[in-house]
Amino acid sequence: MKTDIILAGVGGQGILSIAASLGAAALNENYYLKQAETHGMSQRGGAVVSHLRIADHPIYSDLIPTGSADLILSVEPMEALRYLPYLSPEGSLVTNTAEFKNIPNYPELNKTFEELAHKISIIRIDADQMARDKGNPKASNMVMLGAASPFIAIHDDIIIKGIETIFREKGEKIVNQNVEAFKAGRAFALQK
Amino acid sequence: MERKLLLGVEAIGQAAVDAGISGVYAYPGTPSTEITEYIQHNKTAGERNIHREWSANEKTALEAALGMSYAGKRAMVCMKHVGLNVAADVFMNMAITGINGGLVITVADDPSQHSSQNEQDSRFYGKFAMVPVFEPSNQQEAYDMTYEAFAFSEKTGLPVMMRIPTRLAHSRAGVVPKPVLDENLLRLPENLMQFMLLPAYGRKYYQNLLDKQGWLEELSEKSAFNNYFEGKEKSLGIVCCGIAYNYLMENYPDGNCPYPVVKITHYPVPKDMLQQLENECDELLVAEEGYPLVEEMLSDFFGKGTKVSGRLNGSLPRRGELNPDHLAKALGKELEKPLEMPETLVGRPPSLCAGCGHQDTYDALNEVIADIGNGRVFSDIGCYTLGALPPYNTINTCVDMGASITMAKGAADAGLSPVFAVIGDSTFTHSGITGLLDCVIEKSNVNILIVDNETVAMTGGQDSSAKGRIEKICEGVGVNPEHIRLFVPLKKNHDEIVRIIREEIAFNGVSVIIGRRECVQRVAKMKKLNKVKKQA
Repeated sequence: MKTDIILAGVGGQGILSIAASLGAAALNENYYLKQAETHGMSQRGGAVVSHLRIADHPIYSDLIPTGSADLILSVEPMEALRYLPYLSPEGSLVTNTAEFKNIPNYPELNKTFEELAHKISIIRIDADQMARDKGNPKASNMVMLGAASPFIAIHDDIIIKGIETIFREKGEKIVNQNVEAFKAGRAFALQK
Repeated sequence: MERKLLLGVEAIGQAAVDAGISGVYAYPGTPSTEITEYIQHNKTAGERNIHREWSANEKTALEAALGMSYAGKRAMVCMKHVGLNVAADVFMNMAITGINGGLVITVADDPSQHSSQNEQDSRFYGKFAMVPVFEPSNQQEAYDMTYEAFAFSEKTGLPVMMRIPTRLAHSRAGVVPKPVLDENLLRLPENLMQFMLLPAYGRKYYQNLLDKQGWLEELSEKSAFNNYFEGKEKSLGIVCCGIAYNYLMENYPDGNCPYPVVKITHYPVPKDMLQQLENECDELLVAEEGYPLVEEMLSDFFGKGTKVSGRLNGSLPRRGELNPDHLAKALGKELEKPLEMPETLVGRPPSLCAGCGHQDTYDALNEVIADIGNGRVFSDIGCYTLGALPPYNTINTCVDMGASITMAKGAADAGLSPVFAVIGDSTFTHSGITGLLDCVIEKSNVNILIVDNETVAMTGGQDSSAKGRIEKICEGVGVNPEHIRLFVPLKKNHDEIVRIIREEIAFNGVSVIIGRRECVQRVAKMKKLNKVKKQA
């Protein structure tokens, strides 16, 4: 078993809590895990990426080789496209549709996604809206993790335990909101 | 012991505490910052109340650690690669004095320059100083090697360098820790002149260091951290240093590389192992993260011996960090053409945060520059370096910590007028004060803007040594108080800021203009911390 995931977003969007939830889940299951993060300059509103690798056997490289990621999970649509060379031809792309426009030349992306949908499996979800509907706009990340969860080789109950571990300090209400957000995202993806 | 999920830097911090350090000394710098932060938040470190405050710069950090070592205790110093340039004076000389309590210097290199001015390879400093260098290939090794490095330092009487690249520093994996050791007791050096480098002593100690080199090579040869892996296919022998080993093995997922491999993580290089590889194999491939250090050592100058491939002959890229694809190509593997990035995609460079005071400072400075012309703003290292990018395009230089003030001075000496230096509060206390002193002594015609956001912002909001002291430091150094000006970088103060800058340009001499407003990220961070504290 192995799942190689490219996590993408913009500095400050908090892709690391997605990684942390999966990390806690992998640790619970005694899986091997490597997760390379972006710290430093790019965290100031630049493009950030995390390579997350989970397997039931030892993992060598902290970086995923090109053409071999099972999943691109992006919390921002344009950032989903930046790492396409990493995706395996059989891989899936799950992205938020809420655009983060902090640059003057942000492109029109709909046509690109439509063309891409002929080549690979894509799930696009307005995670920001869904998180607002669930009462916590900050839980948009967990909606995304939920939407991506069918493509991750860890049982959803275990991932939920991971989410509970990560948010435990913040109290029961926050934990529940994040778990609900995860479930809503997962339900959306399973309907597709 | 329970497996913990740790970043490479966190594994090093945990290992240092577990190895019984009595102090960590550091100045923040990506990708090394989180080692010290981890220790600052570590429970054992708190209970023992070991030293864990930030230092003013890397040189003061390393010197203080050497003092702790003099007193017999174990100390760790952390810095980014360019920080070692700042600390190079003490680093080169402490190799000659040797140490008393175990001393480990963790230097985090930044191949591909994710957050740095260059990608210099600190192993060259290790070789230059003739001290042992450890270069772990993964998070567990980062822990194990740091844990052992203190005892190794005490055994050899030398400081040990831990060299890690960004990719290991900022990647997480499961790490199994070891038992926590007691701190060393206070113990003066047996020879009270050990740290006395008057030439008569220095010559003797340098000879001692030279005499130790053969022993260090023997220790490398026997080190559990250097390995010879047999392989049946002798057409090629592969030398992998540090994490380059992972990128090789990623190409053999079952763990069976057909070629013989020497994995080096402990320097000086294990000569006999390399000799055996050369004897057995037709040619060699060297994969190392950073500059081609080992490749250069093994390459045959006159071209009559064994062929050595790597970064120098183009088998691997000459610059930038390695990855599994680079190794695949070097091994002659055919890679399938991956999906392409769509043409519609545009770059998303880092930018100043919404509400950041630097924006207001640059807006005002740009209005002044519009009158006097471009090319006069010398700057420095920090968030404000992003003022080089659109929409500001304000600053012209960023070279090394503190160079804004001294380069502005030199340009003023050459006759350029007016000139500006833009420097942050923490960069100013790191390396700006001595440059200011030069300006004051010569009454140089410089306008120094200290953009004071009351923190070390780019690295994540650490405490700045400058906090609450800048005006007093400038006065103490000898700047005329009438030309130490203060403003608050806010949009509503735009006209006032422009007026102050114009008034100081009109003055022929040293002007210091301080724009002070706390970093918006730091404000948010402190709010969060206080909230957590209240709940606890």
